[in-house]
Amino acid sequence: MAGPVLSLKGLGKRFGASPVFSGVDLDVASGDRIAIIGASGSGKSTLLRCINFLERPDEGRVILGGEPVGEARQRGGGTEMRYDERALNRLRQRVGMVFQQFNLFPHMTVIANVMEGLVTVKRIARDEARPKALAELARVGLADKAEAYPAHLSGGQKQRVAIARALAMEPEILLFDEPTSALDPALVGEVLNTIQSLAEDGRTMLLVTHEIGFAYHMATRVIFLAEGGIYEQGTPDEVLKAPRRPLTQAFIAGHRRFNF
Amino acid sequence: MAYRWDFAPILDNWQALAAGIAGTLRLFLVCLVLGLGFGLLVALMRIARQRPLRWLAIGFIEFFRNTPVLVQILWFYFALPMLVSVEISPFMAAILGISLNSAAYSAEINRGGIQSIEPGQWEAARSIGMSGFQTLRRIVLPQALRRVLPALTNRGIEIFKMTTLASVVAYVELLHQGKLVASLNFNPLEVYTVVGALFFLILYPLVRATYALERRLARSD
Repeated sequence: MAGPVLSLKGLGKRFGASPVFSGVDLDVASGDRIAIIGASGSGKSTLLRCINFLERPDEGRVILGGEPVGEARQRGGGTEMRYDERALNRLRQRVGMVFQQFNLFPHMTVIANVMEGLVTVKRIARDEARPKALAELARVGLADKAEAYPAHLSGGQKQRVAIARALAMEPEILLFDEPTSALDPALVGEVLNTIQSLAEDGRTMLLVTHEIGFAYHMATRVIFLAEGGIYEQGTPDEVLKAPRRPLTQAFIAGHRRFNF
Repeated sequence: MAYRWDFAPILDNWQALAAGIAGTLRLFLVCLVLGLGFGLLVALMRIARQRPLRWLAIGFIEFFRNTPVLVQILWFYFALPMLVSVEISPFMAAILGISLNSAAYSAEINRGGIQSIEPGQWEAARSIGMSGFQTLRRIVLPQALRRVLPALTNRGIEIFKMTTLASVVAYVELLHQGKLVASLNFNPLEVYTVVGALFFLILYPLVRATYALERRLARSD
């Protein structure tokens, strides 16, 4: 059996003197869908951003496809990690990310947004990249918007384009950072449906979300972050239906309160 | 007694004024390209990660923003050749003074534009594996330059008008030629009126062209 696609070993991040989280260990197997939940400020997004090094972790290691990222060097009694910029650029090609605020490139058409990584990073010829980008747009149901600019799309459509942009790079793992938190309630469904269809394709993904109901149906595993680390984890039924520890119980109860 | 306007001496000297227009345009084009181009370079140095580059850029910007262009032109023309044995033509002195001053101003404009681009744009580009330089070239600069185009247009207008300062070192441009014609024919009223009008007639269509450019770039809004 193949090893994990992604492993985090003792990962930690501080902002200044205050730690966000520390000692996070996580193994992600191919096809895993991991929902990361927790209160605001629990470090969910920061953890996700440490995986593709939009934030540099301060301790621990990220291991992608069995290869540790960065080099450990002995320095003054401790080990210090050194990360090569080009190695990080290569890593980011393999780890797709979808942002809360979509972050589409506003000066480019929808198709150009999806083609950008193929052309600029993977150096694929335009006439070859275009049909591939169109196929990704078709997958998220937006092939007819190829020539539109992002400003003319709804929030839900923007997020689906952002998903297509990430998919075009054929990443091994997809990271979703609160992908529906910036959307009108009426537009949440179309984005969740898109993510659901990716889940059905067997894609490996980590999803930071406040949509507990969606996490329950979509995830193979749920991680609850609190007190600077993984506080509780398990299957959706375990963590969301029958949480064992007090902070998880309070968090889930708080979310259940207005459900009927 | 009412003044009798007489434009005949100006028409007789049209060749002198035409030479002046040619000199003005030549100086303008060189200073526009050098000033705005160098301004972008200085802006990138100003936000570079390397501290010495930043200091160099800040020193350059503050020095050239806080001294008058007229003084700079005179300094390059009269003082620099005394320090180093180089021959400085009036054209060269004017280029140095106007371009470097414009570079200092447009560097700050460009820096503001670059820094106004949301961090999410950098992150999105980096997240698909683009390098810092690719992100700058493909994602950040195209958006930043569009935002600062009105301010850069202003710089361009200023550069055009600053070319008249080159007359102090006897560079052949429109104002210099106008002075010459006026002093030969004792008709400053007509000459300076015509000189002013000529500046407007050249500059206004150029400014209109930048509006068209702005509209073209606004297609994606």
